[in-house]
Amino acid sequence: MIAIIKYNAGNVQSVQNAIERLGYKTIVTDDLAMLTCADKVIFPGVGEASSAMRYLIDKGLDKVIIGLQQPVLGICLGMQLLCKSSEEGGVEGLGIFDNEVKLFPALDIVPHMGWNNFSSVKGPLFKGIQLADDFYYVHSYYATLSESTIAVNTYIQPFSAALQKDNFYAVQFHPEKSGKVGELLIKNFLEL
Amino acid sequence: MDIQNGQVVKGINFVDIQRAGDPITLAKRYVVEGVDELVFLDITATIENRKTLIGLVNEIASQINIPFTVGGGISTKEQAIELVRSGADKVSVNSAVIKRPELVSEIAQGLGNQCAVVAIDTKYEDGEWWVYSAGGRIKTDLKTVEWAREVERLGAGEILLTSMNNDGTKDGFALDITAEVAKEVNIPVIASGGAGAIEHFTQVFTQTQATGALAASIFHYAEVGIPELKQALKTNNISVR
Repeated sequence: MIAIIKYNAGNVQSVQNAIERLGYKTIVTDDLAMLTCADKVIFPGVGEASSAMRYLIDKGLDKVIIGLQQPVLGICLGMQLLCKSSEEGGVEGLGIFDNEVKLFPALDIVPHMGWNNFSSVKGPLFKGIQLADDFYYVHSYYATLSESTIAVNTYIQPFSAALQKDNFYAVQFHPEKSGKVGELLIKNFLEL
Repeated sequence: MDIQNGQVVKGINFVDIQRAGDPITLAKRYVVEGVDELVFLDITATIENRKTLIGLVNEIASQINIPFTVGGGISTKEQAIELVRSGADKVSVNSAVIKRPELVSEIAQGLGNQCAVVAIDTKYEDGEWWVYSAGGRIKTDLKTVEWAREVERLGAGEILLTSMNNDGTKDGFALDITAEVAKEVNIPVIASGGAGAIEHFTQVFTQTQATGALAASIFHYAEVGIPELKQALKTNNISVR
């Protein structure tokens, strides 16, 4: 069973559709026991960081998420909330990744919206995926680079397109909206 | 895709509506061919005061895996949220924002700027590009460039700019107004109306700062192939997926 974390900042439907198209069963839940016993956990998110973080703390989900032992995939805001801090609402994150989340300087169009490829990728999440493969991004804030960075993209400046530390994986782009290569990345995660 | 009663339709200069197929079948074909985003506009929603069909959005979201925008008759934040919950990535608002501009801010605050697309239908008359509402039926006193700046200020994350003069003509995009709007705002601008050949796309990407170009009939009727179009853009050093 693949658990998708239910909270106030979800684009849950598209993520759920994408996983089910691959033949897996999903459950959208904020139940501690369900999340803990799921095979994999997806932490999606479209929304504003500080209100999302407040909601997680109110529901006690912050402690549940950082204690998860199985593979976890943060997507977009989910990834940003797994970082140390975010400039969006000046909020402290869950701190799995030591990265800061910052607002893009207005040197080009913000949000960064559209298809983009990589300057580097590594690790099992990107098995079969090439540097030139384009994924779909929609974000105004970006995670800085760190030793957890497993994929780099450059828009205005280099930023973490994906992160990994132990069982925690995270991507800034939307694999559920990235066509065939996005499907491959989700499949790679589900097969970890 | 312009949707009327659940079917894809296509008009010329916003009238002479003809049927062009089933939206899901077309959408799936476009995903395979490499289209980057899809836009579904329920063109009858405003005048018939109907909500865009949630069922169709659910169906699209379950079958396709690229971003899509839904518009037509959205007049409240709640309707926008319902569409996004059903799987739409962005919602496009038009007439309702002309009546009540704060709607853009409400959607942007509730769902994020990236979700708030403002569609602007524009027509060149008497030396000026005027904004039209109600699917091109009602002329407003808004000037297009000023309105584009205003919706950006209100929190729009994208502008979908359709030239009514060019729509359905296949004579090319309205390069002048597209260039002017794209220069004036710092949010993505999608050019729409008039695409008839590959060189029209090359023109709009080399002569304006539009970040995207939308076409309907030439894709629906396979007059321009999407792989060939993308190859041609790449040959012209235009960065595409």
